[in-house]
Amino acid sequence: MNKSLLKKFLPLIIFIILLVVPFMGLSSYLMHILILVLMWSVIGQAWNVLGGYTGQVSFGHAAFFGVGAYTAGILYQHVEISAWWGLPVCIVVLTLLSLAIGYICLRLRGAYFALATLALGEICRVTAENLVDFTRGNLGIMIRERTWVDKTWFFYIILLIAAGTYFLVKILIESKLGYYFVAIREDQDAAESLGINTTLYKTISLCISGVLTGIAGAFYMNYMGYIDPGVVFPLYDLSITTVMVVMVGGAATYWGPIIGAIIMVFLAEVIRSLPYIGAAHQTIFGVILICIIMFLPNGIVGDFGKLVGPVISKWWKKDTSS
Amino acid sequence: MSLIEVKNVTKQFGGLAALTDVSFDLNKGEILGLIGPNGAGKTTMFNVVNGFYQPTKGEVFYKKQKISNMKPHSVCRLGVARTFQVVRPLQRMSVLDNVIASAFIRAKNKAQAEEVSFDVLKFTGLYDDRTILSKGLPLGKRKRLEIARALATQPEIMLLDESFAGLNPTEINEQIEIVNKIRSEKGITILIIEHHMRVIMSISDRIVVLNYGQKIAEGTPLEIGRNPSVIEAYLGEEHGA
Repeated sequence: MNKSLLKKFLPLIIFIILLVVPFMGLSSYLMHILILVLMWSVIGQAWNVLGGYTGQVSFGHAAFFGVGAYTAGILYQHVEISAWWGLPVCIVVLTLLSLAIGYICLRLRGAYFALATLALGEICRVTAENLVDFTRGNLGIMIRERTWVDKTWFFYIILLIAAGTYFLVKILIESKLGYYFVAIREDQDAAESLGINTTLYKTISLCISGVLTGIAGAFYMNYMGYIDPGVVFPLYDLSITTVMVVMVGGAATYWGPIIGAIIMVFLAEVIRSLPYIGAAHQTIFGVILICIIMFLPNGIVGDFGKLVGPVISKWWKKDTSS
Repeated sequence: MSLIEVKNVTKQFGGLAALTDVSFDLNKGEILGLIGPNGAGKTTMFNVVNGFYQPTKGEVFYKKQKISNMKPHSVCRLGVARTFQVVRPLQRMSVLDNVIASAFIRAKNKAQAEEVSFDVLKFTGLYDDRTILSKGLPLGKRKRLEIARALATQPEIMLLDESFAGLNPTEINEQIEIVNKIRSEKGITILIIEHHMRVIMSISDRIVVLNYGQKIAEGTPLEIGRNPSVIEAYLGEEHGA
């Protein structure tokens, strides 16, 4: 089998397999988990554009997610149209938000940028809690009539979003933009003196990342049918988990955020269901994260060779000798 | 014809004057050496010309256009490329990708950027190393990669900041050859900072000497070698003899 050919068609093969998943008669719980995995893979890939490729580590992606979710929610609540309109509308809203945030935060570098974004997520949460007339504050927004009770269509929609995100990111990263993003990550001053308008390209990166995260948020509103500030703007459950998804899977790789999403979502479910220690799942997550940073600093995909190298080479030898 | 005019540039960092009232011209097609003891303000001068610093007083012109209030990326787009004294390759990118990233400034698409990059890599003798991650290159080649990246932006002027420092004699000779070729084959004007007296004396057409942020002399290498204040500040007695 031609290895590079396999590599080229692997995303397509996986996509087709996922297309038939709803016909396999999985339980509604498992479908829910799969939908969450796909949603997290979108958020992870979005973060990866900014944090992995452009090197601007954000601890505030909850802001984008939450604003996306609230865009859908407010359209339903106040404009009284379907919350699905949130998906296209949040592209505009998130672009504007990203431009505003970029103007303020992107003049900061490294840890200072990370701190500014950390504050940003919290600002959004507090704002959403207090703009009671607009967001209904801590009462939250609830969609009273769900689009579908069955999960099949939700699954297909998020699958399309995830696949679209994958191809969009791949095309972007292999284009001029991708080269510029990585150049900025590696050395901002050198990039600037090579004629790269670093402010402009960092802003573009932030906009792409923000819009994709917002779309995931708008989907979440439609899927879960209920949001409140604590659910869509949390620091730990969103901002930090996003960073973990990418770090565990492998930053600046195409598959890293996807693998990371699979591991993190399943792991969270498994650990939570364990007797006695389930309540300590955040502690266990922390320990896992420390181990991964120590032993696999480039994530599972980034250090894949290190992880399975010995096994593969043994298997390969056996295969060729027979 | 002068391509770059530096007019009465002063640069202060708080109370410290890194440059005081420095003026000189860079003429088309020449190699102009910028020398001086450590801390004389040579790299600061580069940072002012390149746009990293705005001069406190004075102006820099490129082809009669004021560039001293522009950002580095705009200055580079106009045709002024630079290298760094402490090499700054984009570490986790291959040598080829490093050069492609800078070639994109004028290339319309990736194929064109690759074409430019292959030319530049062959020109600088890095073609065989193109797939190596740049953090794995030895210093001599990293210095050449700096030059290759600057060349890929297809500049009219190159600012070379100590491109010879830390090289062994063989590498120095190769590097001299490349710098000479940049002028003779590509017609690029060069402003170069260098401590290596043998190198600077042999390749420069003219030399500007800085000391404590002030210009103390300007002239041909021969004139500079005989100038008493330069000898006192920098060269030492044996060079003057």
